[in-house]
Amino acid sequence: MILSFLAWSPLIFGLGILAMPRGDGKGLRWASLAASFLNLALAAFLLTRFEGGKAGMQFEEIRAWLPSWGIKYHLGVDGISIYLLVLNAVLTPIAILCSWNAVTEKVKEFHFLILMLQTAVYGVFLSLDGFLFYLFWEASLIPMYFLVGVWGGERRVYATLKFVLYTLGGSLLMLLAMLKLAFIAKEQTQAFSFSLSTWKSLSLSADAQSWLFVAFFLAFAVKVPLFPLHTWLPDAHVEAPTAGSVLLAGVLLKLGSYGLMRFAVPIFPDAAVLFQRPVMVLALISVIYGAAMVMVQSDLKKMVAYTSVSHMGICVLGIFSLNLPGQQGALLTMINHGISTGALFLIVGIFYERIHTRDLSLYGGAVLKMPVLGLLFLPVALSSMGVPGTNGFVNELLVLRGVFRFNPWTGAFAATALVLGAAYMLRLTQKVMYGPLASHKMEELTDLRPREIVTLGAMVILIFVLGVFPGLVLNSSEAAVNAGLLDLLRSGPSGI
Amino acid sequence: MSTLYPVLFLPLISAALIRLWGARLGKTMVALVACASVGVAFIFAAASFLRLAALEPEHRHVVVPVFEWLKVGAENFRFDLMLDPLSAVMIGVVTGVGSLIHVYSSNYMHEESPSEYARYFAYLNFFIFSMLTLVLSANFIVLFIGWELVGLSSYLLIGFFRSKTSAADAGKKAFIVNRVGDFGFILAIFLILGLFGSVNFSEVLAQPGSKIVAGSSMATAIALLLFMGAMGKSAQLPLHVWLPDAMEGPTPVSALIHAATMVTAGVFMVARCHALFELSPVAMAFVAWTGALTALFAASIALVQNDIKRIMAYSTLSQLGYMVMGVGVGAYGAGFFHLFTHAFFKALLFLGCGSVMHALHGELDLTKMGGLRSKMPVTYWTFLIGSLCLIGFPLTSGFFSKDEILYQALVSPHGSGALWFLGVLASMCTAFYVSRLFFKTFHGEPRDHHIWEHAHESAPAMAIPLVILAVLSLAVGLLGLPHFLTHWAPFETWLEPVFSDLGASKVEATVDPLPLMGLYTVIAFSFIGLGWAWFARPSETPGRVAGAFRYVHKILWNKYYIDELYDLVFVRGFLGSARVVYRYFEAGVIDGALNGLASLAKAGGDLLGRRLANGYVRVYAGALVFGAAVLLLLVLRAF
Repeated sequence: MILSFLAWSPLIFGLGILAMPRGDGKGLRWASLAASFLNLALAAFLLTRFEGGKAGMQFEEIRAWLPSWGIKYHLGVDGISIYLLVLNAVLTPIAILCSWNAVTEKVKEFHFLILMLQTAVYGVFLSLDGFLFYLFWEASLIPMYFLVGVWGGERRVYATLKFVLYTLGGSLLMLLAMLKLAFIAKEQTQAFSFSLSTWKSLSLSADAQSWLFVAFFLAFAVKVPLFPLHTWLPDAHVEAPTAGSVLLAGVLLKLGSYGLMRFAVPIFPDAAVLFQRPVMVLALISVIYGAAMVMVQSDLKKMVAYTSVSHMGICVLGIFSLNLPGQQGALLTMINHGISTGALFLIVGIFYERIHTRDLSLYGGAVLKMPVLGLLFLPVALSSMGVPGTNGFVNELLVLRGVFRFNPWTGAFAATALVLGAAYMLRLTQKVMYGPLASHKMEELTDLRPREIVTLGAMVILIFVLGVFPGLVLNSSEAAVNAGLLDLLRSGPSGI
Repeated sequence: MSTLYPVLFLPLISAALIRLWGARLGKTMVALVACASVGVAFIFAAASFLRLAALEPEHRHVVVPVFEWLKVGAENFRFDLMLDPLSAVMIGVVTGVGSLIHVYSSNYMHEESPSEYARYFAYLNFFIFSMLTLVLSANFIVLFIGWELVGLSSYLLIGFFRSKTSAADAGKKAFIVNRVGDFGFILAIFLILGLFGSVNFSEVLAQPGSKIVAGSSMATAIALLLFMGAMGKSAQLPLHVWLPDAMEGPTPVSALIHAATMVTAGVFMVARCHALFELSPVAMAFVAWTGALTALFAASIALVQNDIKRIMAYSTLSQLGYMVMGVGVGAYGAGFFHLFTHAFFKALLFLGCGSVMHALHGELDLTKMGGLRSKMPVTYWTFLIGSLCLIGFPLTSGFFSKDEILYQALVSPHGSGALWFLGVLASMCTAFYVSRLFFKTFHGEPRDHHIWEHAHESAPAMAIPLVILAVLSLAVGLLGLPHFLTHWAPFETWLEPVFSDLGASKVEATVDPLPLMGLYTVIAFSFIGLGWAWFARPSETPGRVAGAFRYVHKILWNKYYIDELYDLVFVRGFLGSARVVYRYFEAGVIDGALNGLASLAKAGGDLLGRRLANGYVRVYAGALVFGAAVLLLLVLRAF
C-alpha cells in the first residue's frame, strides 16, 4: 500500500487544495508546500525500508482492474526506480518554493497541477502494467500542458502545441505497440495481458521485435529528447514558468530514459542489440549537436535547455552501451541531471524574477551584485560539466567507461563531451556571472533571499553528497541493473 | 602512514571554512588560518617523509586507504593515497613552497576587500588540496581527480579578478585546453582498465609488460594518450596556449601554480608511469621531441616580449620543455630533479616579478622600468640568484639539473645529437632573455621617472619568502651534484626505488661530460655579457638588430600566430558553423518539417488557446482525458 499512498497522496492533497478558499494565495502555498514535504517524508521512509542489494521488485501491489483485457493495477519499485521516486519527491517542494513570488495568478490551480504532475510521474516510475504506465504517461502531459499554457511566456500557445503534438505523436505509436503486445500475449498465453513480466517472456519474431521496438523507442526518444526529435524542448522551456522548467528538465525527461530502460530494452532484447549502433549514433549526435546549439544561443533559458539535449544524449549512450557501467552511469545521469539542470533553471528563474529578461546580451557581471549566488552557482556549473567532487563527474565517468567498453572509438567520440561540456558551461558562466556589469538591468539585481538560498543550497548539497558518495545510489541499483543485463544476455543474441 | 591525512585534508577544511565564513572572520584571521593550514600540512609532510625514509628502500611504497569511492561490478575505484619517494618529494615541494607563497600572498593581496581576500585564500588552499591529491594518488582515477581539480583551482585563480573580462577569458581558456588533454588521459585510463582490470598503480605499473607487448600499437596508444594529458597540464606544444594567458591571475598564483607545482604535473605523471612509457620507443621519442621543441619554441618567443610576467611564462614553458625532454629520453631522475630545482628558482623569480609589480603599482612593462637595483635591494639580489639558476650559471642548482638533462639527451639510447642541439639553442636563448629582463629592470637609467620615484622595497611578509627561496634555490643544487665530482647523490639515491625497474637498461656513458660543461659555461657567460652590453646601459644595437630581422621579430612578437590560428579554427570556425546549423538546419529543416503538422493543428490550437485564457482549466483537463479515452476506444476497435 505504501507505493499507492506515495503516488496518489499528492493528487489527493491537490484536490484538497482545490477545495480551499482562494484568499491571498498564502494559505494555498503553505498547504501545498506542507503536502510536498509530507510526501518527501514518505519517500524518505520508503528509502529506509528499501533493500538495496535485492534485484527484484519490492513493495509490489497487484490488483485486478479490467480482467477481460488483462489490465492490472500493478505497482512495484526496484533499484532502478527507487531514486527516481526520491528525485520526484525532492524536486516538487523545490518547484513550489521557487514559484512562491513568481506565481500570483490562479495560485490554487497552479499548485493543484504541480501536485497532479507529481502523482503522474510517480505513476510512470511505479507502473509494472503497460496500460497503467500509458495512462500515467499521458496524464503527465496534462498538467505540463496547462503549466506552460496558462503561466507561460508570450509564445506559450506555439510551445504547448509543439510539445503536445510531438509527445502525443510518439506515444500514440507506443499505445499501438502495447495493444499489439497484448494481442500477441493472447495468442501465446490464451489471455490478454499488459503485464510487463508477461511481455518480457513472450517469444517475438525478429521482425515483430524490430517494429514494436521502434514504436516504443520513438515515444521515449521524443521525451528524452533525442536528436532530431528535440526541437520541442527549447521552446517548451523558454515559455514554461520556472517551476515548469525545473520539473520538465528534472523529472519529465527522465520518463523517456526510464521507459527505454524499463520497457524498450528488456521487452525487445534482440531489437535493442540490433538497433544498438544506430541509437548510439543518434545519442552521440545529440551530445555534440546539443553542445554546439548551446553555444550559439542568445537566450539564457534556451541555452540551458539545449544543455539537456547534450546531457540526455549521454544518458542514452549509457543505456545502449548495454553493460553495467554504462547503465549505472545512465541511471545516475538521470538523477544528477535532474539536480544540476533543475538548479540551473532555478537560477534562470531567480534572474528572470529580478530583471525580466532572458536576453544574454544584457547579462554580465552578476556576481558583483550577487556574491551568494556566485558561491552557489559554481558547484552547479561544475556539476553540469562533470568536474570531480560533484555528482556530474561520476555519471560521465561511468557512461564513458560503458561506451568505451562497447567500442573504444565510440568512447573517444563520446569523450569529446568533456571538452564541449566545459566549453559551453564556462561560456555560460562567464557570460552571466563575470566581467563588468553589462547593462543597466544588471544594476537592478539583488542577492539571494533566504528562500532561494535554501532551495539552491539544498541542490548544491546534493551535488556534493552524490559526487563524494555515489555509492548511495549505485549500491542500491546495481543488483537491479545487473539482473536486467543478465536477462538480456540470456534472451538476446550472443556477443553482448 | 596516517600522517598523510592531515597533509591532505587540512588545506581542504581550511578552504571550505574560509570560503563560507571568511568574509566575517576578517583578513588577519583568514590569512592566519590559510597559512597555518598549509604550514601544519608541511610539518606533517616532513614527518611523512622521515617515516618513509626510515623504511628499507625497497619498502618505501606505502598505500594509505581512505575510502571506497565508486564501485561498479568488479571495477572498484578507491580513493587511496600512496607515499613513495616520488610523492614524498612532491608533497614537500607543494606544502613547502605553498606555505611561503601563502605568507607572501597575505601581504600581496592586502588591498583586496575582506570577502575577496577570503575567496583568494580559499581557492589557494583548495589548490594545495588538489595538487596533493594529484601527487599522492594511489591509482589512475584519483590521479585524474586531482588532475581535474588542479585544473579547476587554476581556472578559479586565473579568473580571480572576476570583473575583468580578460581574466575570465584566460581562466576559461586554461580549463578548456586542459580538458583537451584530459580527453586523452581518460581514454588512456579506460584502455588500462580494460587490459589490467584495475587502475591501481601497484597492479598496473609493477609489470605492465605482462599485459602489453612492448613496442605494440597498444603500448604506443596508451603512452601517447597519457602524454596528451601531460601536454595539457604541462603546457607542451601545441597545447601551450593557455599558460601565457594564465598570467592574468595574481602573481603569487603564477608562482605557485603556473611555475612551481601544477604545470609540472605532466612531468610527474610521465615519471610516475615510466614503466608504461618504456614499452613504447615511439612514444618516448614523441615525448622527447615535444619537450625539446617546446623548450626552444618558448625560449625564442621570450626573446622579444616586454611584459615581465609573460617572459617568465614563456620561460616556464621552455623549462617544462627541458623536463619533458628529460623524461622523454628516459632520464626520469634528471627530469624530476630539474622539476625540483625549477620549483624553487622559478617561484622565486615570479615572486620577484610580483615584488617589482607591487612596487610599481601594477606595471609589468619592461620599457618603463630600469634602475630599480638601488630601490629594491632584497628583490634585486634574490632576483639575481633566481636569474642565474634559470640561466644555468655554473654551480647554481639550475646548472646541475639542466646539465644532467642535456647530457642524458646526448648519451641516452632514446636521445640524439639533434635533441641535445635543440636544448643547447634553447639555453642560449634563455641566457639572453633572462639577462635582457634582468638588466632592463634593475640596471641602467630609469625609463619612467614617475614610476621609479614611487618604487619601494616590499614588506617583510613578501621579502622573507624571497630570501628563503633564494637560499633554497642555491642549496638544492647540492642534492644532485654531477657524478664525476662526488659520489654523494642524495636525490638520485632517494629516487632509486622508484626507478629501480630501469636498472638493467642503463648504459655506460661514452661522452666526457667536462667539455660539455665548459661549453655551457661559455654560453652562459657570453650571453650574459651580450645582455649586459645591450641592455644594462642605453644602446641602439638591439633596435638595429630587431630592424634587420624584422620579419623574425614580428613572428616572435606575435608568438608564431598560434593563438590567432586557434581562434580562427576552433573558436570562430566552430561557432560559425554552429550558427549556420542552428539557423538553417535546426530552425529550417527540423522545425520546417514540423510546420506542416503544426499548421494542420493550428485551428484546434487557437480554439484551445482562447478557451484557456478564459480560465476553465479543470474543464479542459477533463476534456483532454476524455478525448484520450475516446481515441483509445477507436484504436481498440480498429485493431
